[in-house]
Amino acid sequence: MKSLANIWRNLPLKAKIGVGLFGFFVLAGIIGPMVAPYDPSLQTPLTMAGPSGQHWFGTTQEGQDILSQVLTGIRLTLELALEVGVIVTVVSVLVGVTSAFLGGLWDDILSLITNVFLVLPPLPLLIVLLGYLSQQGQTATVVVLSLLGWPWGARVIRAQTLAIRGRDFIDASRETGEKNWRIIVFELIPNEISLIAASFVNTVLYAIGASVALAFVGLTNVNSWSLGTILFWAQTDSALQAGAWWWFVPAGLAVALIGTSLVLLNSGLDELGSPRLRATRGTAKVAGHKIWPTDPTPVLAQLQSSRSRFGSFVYSFSRRSMLEGNAAGGDL
Amino acid sequence: MAPILEIDDLSVAYRSAGGDVHAVEHVNLTLNAGEVVGLCGESGSGKSTLAYGATRLLRPPALITSGSVRYRGRRITHGGDPVDVLTMNHKELARIRWHEVAIVFQSAMNALNPVLRVQDQILDAITAHLKLPKHEAREKAATLLDLVGIPRSRLRAFPHELSGGMRQRVMIAMALAADPEVVIMDEPTTALDVVVQRDILAQIVELKETLGFSVLFITHDLSLLLELADRIAVMYAGRLLETGSASAIMREAAHPYTQGLLHSFPSLHGPRRELVGIPGTPPDLRDTLPGCPFIPRCSFSIPACTEVDMSLAPVTGPPGPPGSHLTACPIVTPEEASQEGVLS
Repeated sequence: MKSLANIWRNLPLKAKIGVGLFGFFVLAGIIGPMVAPYDPSLQTPLTMAGPSGQHWFGTTQEGQDILSQVLTGIRLTLELALEVGVIVTVVSVLVGVTSAFLGGLWDDILSLITNVFLVLPPLPLLIVLLGYLSQQGQTATVVVLSLLGWPWGARVIRAQTLAIRGRDFIDASRETGEKNWRIIVFELIPNEISLIAASFVNTVLYAIGASVALAFVGLTNVNSWSLGTILFWAQTDSALQAGAWWWFVPAGLAVALIGTSLVLLNSGLDELGSPRLRATRGTAKVAGHKIWPTDPTPVLAQLQSSRSRFGSFVYSFSRRSMLEGNAAGGDL
Repeated sequence: MAPILEIDDLSVAYRSAGGDVHAVEHVNLTLNAGEVVGLCGESGSGKSTLAYGATRLLRPPALITSGSVRYRGRRITHGGDPVDVLTMNHKELARIRWHEVAIVFQSAMNALNPVLRVQDQILDAITAHLKLPKHEAREKAATLLDLVGIPRSRLRAFPHELSGGMRQRVMIAMALAADPEVVIMDEPTTALDVVVQRDILAQIVELKETLGFSVLFITHDLSLLLELADRIAVMYAGRLLETGSASAIMREAAHPYTQGLLHSFPSLHGPRRELVGIPGTPPDLRDTLPGCPFIPRCSFSIPACTEVDMSLAPVTGPPGPPGSHLTACPIVTPEEASQEGVLS
């Protein structure tokens, strides 16, 4: 528990915001359908009503409650995205590590397969496949997105594995007689954990985008509620022309915010994985002053004699503080 | 000899969550024109922090907490007034760096870019600091390689095509590109074997004689400094413990720590003697260390040691030019210290 608290403390602010935002949507996904005030498919006479105390997000043309639809829809969309994320990450780690670590014929075969999948044009293929399978519901989408999503991660992880495989500590552990699987699991994978995490987050992002887009054009079971199908119905029933902004804005905003949280999470993970990135990017705070990495070593006496905290804060935004003029926020 | 670089009361701290790490504490060190000063101490004693702090190359969280660094080069000080490196801004520092004070970095393997030809890297340095037409810059690069004894034909070589010694020579050549007055060498020969080491040191001395720069030579190898340096400064836990001419340090080392260092390598001449290491480990620099930081490891330590203010004072006793041999230890006299087997 303590180490978890430590990790949280060391997390960059970006990642903290990302975790918070994503956690909020996961929570909504878990308890959303239970707390939804209405059955999302229930049709009522109150059609196309704007937000009110009774229907916080308003109603659709059929009089369905949009808040309930969004709460139910978040679960389905997140479920799909996380499933795709897990499948794709597992497959790409398996393929990437195996091909790089075993080398030779295995590498040739697996690389060939990876490259073939890489050049398949994703969108047309998705549309064709899902047009054929659309009545299968969620599972078909998961399978198709996973099938087309894994080669990117596999290539990156293969490259990283190749780089790590040549290092001395791998040779050393082979010399000491460790088995291949042990080297891979205990020596190699821990070195790639931030890469794998980033690839997972990226894949989830891709899956959300793709699934919403596919649902939007109707290539899924449009009778189940996901963020994509809400947008599909809003489009089909011309919510925009009717001025019913409350129909598509909540779902659209949810997609955008989930995407934002994942991007923040991703860059935060990146910095967590390589502390050096954190050190060299942006400014450090020394004695209440912001210091750029390219600044000369600050001198305490000058920092204290110079501008106020607020002044130096404002000044530190200007590129001049870095390029020319006074040294490290000091009046000379 | 006129002082060219005067480091006065310099303190550098690294800010960390666990408190400031006092890497350099109130250090005074003077480098005279045409002199080789050796700075010696074990890993983590603050040698490199001192050199990079004085040239303001350290990145945050490093912070200079006190002192001044006065530079008195011929070209930039009109009328003999020194300039203070610690009050300079970016532009002024850019004028000083490489032109006046150049640095040969630790481990040439990492300091050279493996994907660029040697020529391009030297030219980079030249064009960044000297405004020379292209063909002159090229000629200058070739001359620099001549200086350090590498054939001109190697200009188009990649770093991996050169031996370790040659790479180190290239680094030295680059440092000399703008004809600096002070060259700081940070363990330039650490990764090399003794034969190559000797070659390079001889080269440095020769270049120093012909070009007339001063050298601040950082190393952990005291025996090497005894051969090379005019004066030696011994550093421990961020403080200077002793400075003196190489012969004074060798013959009558005054501080018990210097004595310990001298006892820990064999001499090629003279009688056989048992080598004695220094027991214990260096202190944590986050703590405030009252008095002498060497107390826990020193066999001479007495209660009064915690009152020592660690300022350098002339060694009492031995003859020699006054003020040339300074020690931070007022407790132990050189005669006591040099008795055999004092550190056990």
